Amino acid sequence: MSSHCSPFGVERGFIMRQSVQEMIAQSKGKKNKQFVEKMIPVILFLIASVSVLTTIGIMLTLIFETITFFTRVSITDFLFGTTWLPFSNKEAQYGILPLIVGTLKVTLIAILVAVPIGISAAIYLSDYASENVRRVLKPLLEVLAGIPTIVYGFFALTFVTPLLQSAFPDIKIFNAISPGIVVGIMIIPMIASLSEDAMSSVPKSIREGALAMGSTKFEVAWKITVPAALSGIVASVVLAISRAIGETMIVSLAAGSTPKFDGDFTGSIQTMTAYIVQVSKGDAGYGTTIYYSIYAVGFTLFIFTMIMNIVANYVSKRFREEY
Amino acid sequence: MRYIEHDTVVRRMNGRMVVNTIFKSLFLLATLAALMALVILMYQIVTQGISHLSFSFLTNFASRFPDQAGIKAALIGSIWLMAVVAPTSIILGVGSALYLEEYAKQNRITTFIRMNISNLAGVPSIVFGLLGLTIFVRALALGNSILAAGFTMSLLILPVIIVASQEAIRSVPGELRDASYGMGATKWQTITKIILPAAIPGILTGSILALSRAIGETAPLIVIGVPVIIQFLPAGVMDTFTALPMQIYDWSSRPQPEFQQVAAAGIIVLMVVLLLMNSVAVIIRNKFEKRY
Repeated sequence: MSSHCSPFGVERGFIMRQSVQEMIAQSKGKKNKQFVEKMIPVILFLIASVSVLTTIGIMLTLIFETITFFTRVSITDFLFGTTWLPFSNKEAQYGILPLIVGTLKVTLIAILVAVPIGISAAIYLSDYASENVRRVLKPLLEVLAGIPTIVYGFFALTFVTPLLQSAFPDIKIFNAISPGIVVGIMIIPMIASLSEDAMSSVPKSIREGALAMGSTKFEVAWKITVPAALSGIVASVVLAISRAIGETMIVSLAAGSTPKFDGDFTGSIQTMTAYIVQVSKGDAGYGTTIYYSIYAVGFTLFIFTMIMNIVANYVSKRFREEY
Repeated sequence: MRYIEHDTVVRRMNGRMVVNTIFKSLFLLATLAALMALVILMYQIVTQGISHLSFSFLTNFASRFPDQAGIKAALIGSIWLMAVVAPTSIILGVGSALYLEEYAKQNRITTFIRMNISNLAGVPSIVFGLLGLTIFVRALALGNSILAAGFTMSLLILPVIIVASQEAIRSVPGELRDASYGMGATKWQTITKIILPAAIPGILTGSILALSRAIGETAPLIVIGVPVIIQFLPAGVMDTFTALPMQIYDWSSRPQPEFQQVAAAGIIVLMVVLLLMNSVAVIIRNKFEKRY
């Protein structure tokens, strides 16, 4: 028998030279190793706190620069002013309401597009589709979520807007409808995927009970699955709204740069995010009021999305149906 | 005596079955509508961009003449950006995940960190741009360099990588851990020799998907002040640069229609890069799926 076939021979020889107890004692004696074992948790804790530092950094950045902004522009003018004219030669005006209205217009259209389609797709995937169909459709839907927003922006500007214009000649090249639709398409997978997760976690026994009582699949979906998964569905919609509010590139490319405080969807508007992009693109010198205004707008945006995220969290925890 | 009257059942069920069929079609239609949007989007971009796509498009710098405009600086710049983002975000993300899964005690600080990560994931990317502008570009005086943009992007995708790594680490079977401790291995030895090797496919898949988000992200770069027209290649991480989505944004927002085709060609390049990254992620996932 060659030594190749007998690995134990090698180990036996090794152990004979050094007992296990000795090895353990030797190993424990290594200062170096104990030091590593003690330091690793500390290092990892420091790494884990980077995410907390990021949040603190965001908060402090936004708060301090916004305070500087409010030393120059009155806070009531900012919150309740209905004119946003930062680039005016005569007297600059910083009333954020037009930017908020612009953001809400795009968000409204996005929600009108995404909620029916997203929830329908979720119901189809969870209650109707066979396992095979689901395995194909769900990843395909998620491809939509992986497309960069700049690509969606290009799509809105070069396809959706011309298409809308050919149907409704009143619509301008920059408008709220086209980016709204495209933001809607972008958030469909988010609503579909999260809602489907919530619906799939509704126990099969409840559904089958309803089916056994003679319900049709639609009745099961509408009267059993959707009510049971409602907290998850609402949370997914709220998260999607948050995404739509923070969406930047689609509105920068396709919505225009005209802050307006009105109810017109067919003409150029400006959202909060698009304003930040507009200022960042041009060279607003460091220290000017315009420079600080992007932080005040960013802070407003941050608060909007934060509230949405907290609401989503609350809804999904508080109203969850436990089975 | 008949308890079930067949005629009544048929009469009552018919209407309900019709409703069922109608809604089934509607739900299917909605799902297909979303997929149609995907198909139309792809079709539009390919048909617009394919004519401009050529080898010289990849090797030319940006130009104010559409037919000479190329994507070289942006493509190389994006690769440089990823060279900073990948190690930074993966080290931070995996480190955080290891801490949370292996070391963290169940206390308020841990709960706070977890909650913070999920909230951070919901912050709009443009706000991360403002953070990068203030901290990296100005306070740390990195300017609009690859490093400043890379750090900003790393923080942006950090929550995604943490969550993916946590899931990967959690899915390592407990027996492996126990066996390792049973053999006398220390905690750190168990982590480096057992848990990380077992979790690495999941970590890599999640990281690649997160990186593919970073490579297509535009808004933070605009806020940081990444320029567009660049006629040279960066030589180091402190150099200024441009990236694929910045270049596409610039071309898309130009009024000349010719530039729309250039933008579409740029998008094709970006999508091919994304497709490659995602394929690698899928290959890793399939190769290592269900090893335990």
